[in-house]
Amino acid sequence: MIDPFLLKAALAGLLVALVAAPLGCLVVWRRMAYFGDATGHAALLGVALAMSFSMPPVVGVVVVASAMALAVAFTTRGGGFADDTILGVFSHAALAIGLVAAALLPDVRLNLINTLLGDILTVSTSEILLIALGGAGILAVLAIFWRGLLNATLSPELMVAEGGSLMRDKLVFTLSLALFVALAMKLVGVLLITAMLILPAAAAAPLARSPERMVAYAALIGCLSVVGGLWMSWEADTPAGPSIIVMAAVIFALTAMRRRP
Amino acid sequence: MPQHKPLITAKGLTVRSGRKLLLDALDFDIFPGEALTLIGPNGAGKTTLIRTIIGTLPISGGTLHRKPGLRLGYTPQKLPLEQLIPMPVDRFMALSGERNKNKRADMLARCDAQALQSRQMSDLSGGETQRVLLARALMRAPDLLILDEPTQGLDQPGEARFYALLEEIRKETSVAVFMVSHDLHMVMAQSDRVICLNQHICCSGTPGIVAQDPSYVELFGGRAGIAPYRHHHHEHCDHD
Repeated sequence: MIDPFLLKAALAGLLVALVAAPLGCLVVWRRMAYFGDATGHAALLGVALAMSFSMPPVVGVVVVASAMALAVAFTTRGGGFADDTILGVFSHAALAIGLVAAALLPDVRLNLINTLLGDILTVSTSEILLIALGGAGILAVLAIFWRGLLNATLSPELMVAEGGSLMRDKLVFTLSLALFVALAMKLVGVLLITAMLILPAAAAAPLARSPERMVAYAALIGCLSVVGGLWMSWEADTPAGPSIIVMAAVIFALTAMRRRP
Repeated sequence: MPQHKPLITAKGLTVRSGRKLLLDALDFDIFPGEALTLIGPNGAGKTTLIRTIIGTLPISGGTLHRKPGLRLGYTPQKLPLEQLIPMPVDRFMALSGERNKNKRADMLARCDAQALQSRQMSDLSGGETQRVLLARALMRAPDLLILDEPTQGLDQPGEARFYALLEEIRKETSVAVFMVSHDLHMVMAQSDRVICLNQHICCSGTPGIVAQDPSYVELFGGRAGIAPYRHHHHEHCDHD
């Protein structure tokens, strides 16, 4: 009874939800939601540029999102602005430049709505393979550097005092995030990528008693959101990406009513 | 004064943030086994100096030499994210890289924190947090412990308990301690040497010497009259 394209969408979505869990927890713990936005929004410019050079969009997204993430991560804070102001400037400038570029660049016929909101129901087998491979790569890198990532989250000084490298931590985190943006874009679109990261993680927080449990719960909640969102999209003919996020928001509201055990 | 080669040697150590001068040409050493305390008013650059020694802030001028192979232990003032990240005490200890649960439990017990093992970091009181942070810092058998205001927010008994614990550990391990403190009474009682910082080093030396220094008296005013004895020479004081 279930259409194959719906199965493909579900598979792609579940893979993205699994990868989103550890990254999303790190984003939540580090209070870096805006950083995720800036990286996600840069993806639009990446798509526009890739298309104008007739390259696969994913290449453009990885390059531009990485550049954005590194620029933000290594920008010296200060100049009299609060961190969230600077990140807001980066994030919204990236989105606006992407929108303008999409309109200006010759030979770019970009489906703006699909780029912004996602287009998971048309995911192809090769795209699923790409998500699986890229996702496995991200998970492997995060697993290898997990202790350092947690330590840097708790206290950069503590991490460095114990012999860790902040530079390595920044590179691992920002490049993983940039690659994730490229993989998740098809699912929820440029506008809601940060939502896919932080909503499941935030919903998991009240349930978890250790960082790793929180990641596991976030993965579970992400997967439930994907399945629920696709079901909603199928039944009510709503856009799939936003429906997934609506489901995640509902789960967040439910768990938020519960205090940490 | 200890005779061994210093663990840390700073010469003309200068740190700027943009045009703002945070640390101005500091010269100092940290010797093995000594208890060196950093005092100074708010905004004097104490945390900046700690970050520079640890290596998370770049140096703008001068040199900072670490003895090769130096092992650092560090306790932050607090863990800013503890409310967001669920973290049982034992998991936090394991993040030091120590895989042996018994060793972790022994160190917690050594720091008077054995009962806290399965508690959440975010549920600990200030004193409990500091004991766990100390246990974690000692996990790697450091040569130098860097403590950033370990007794801030503790009540009087909590403070006394922490300093007593630190004293015991120093006796057992001969670890050097470099500590930021506001608690002048304890500083005077338990430090081998004191550095008084206000962007530049105002004065330094044994507690008795520093307590008599005009720049110290100027910075700490009425609270300064606790010198255990009178003394006349100082290691210098360059005063603006």
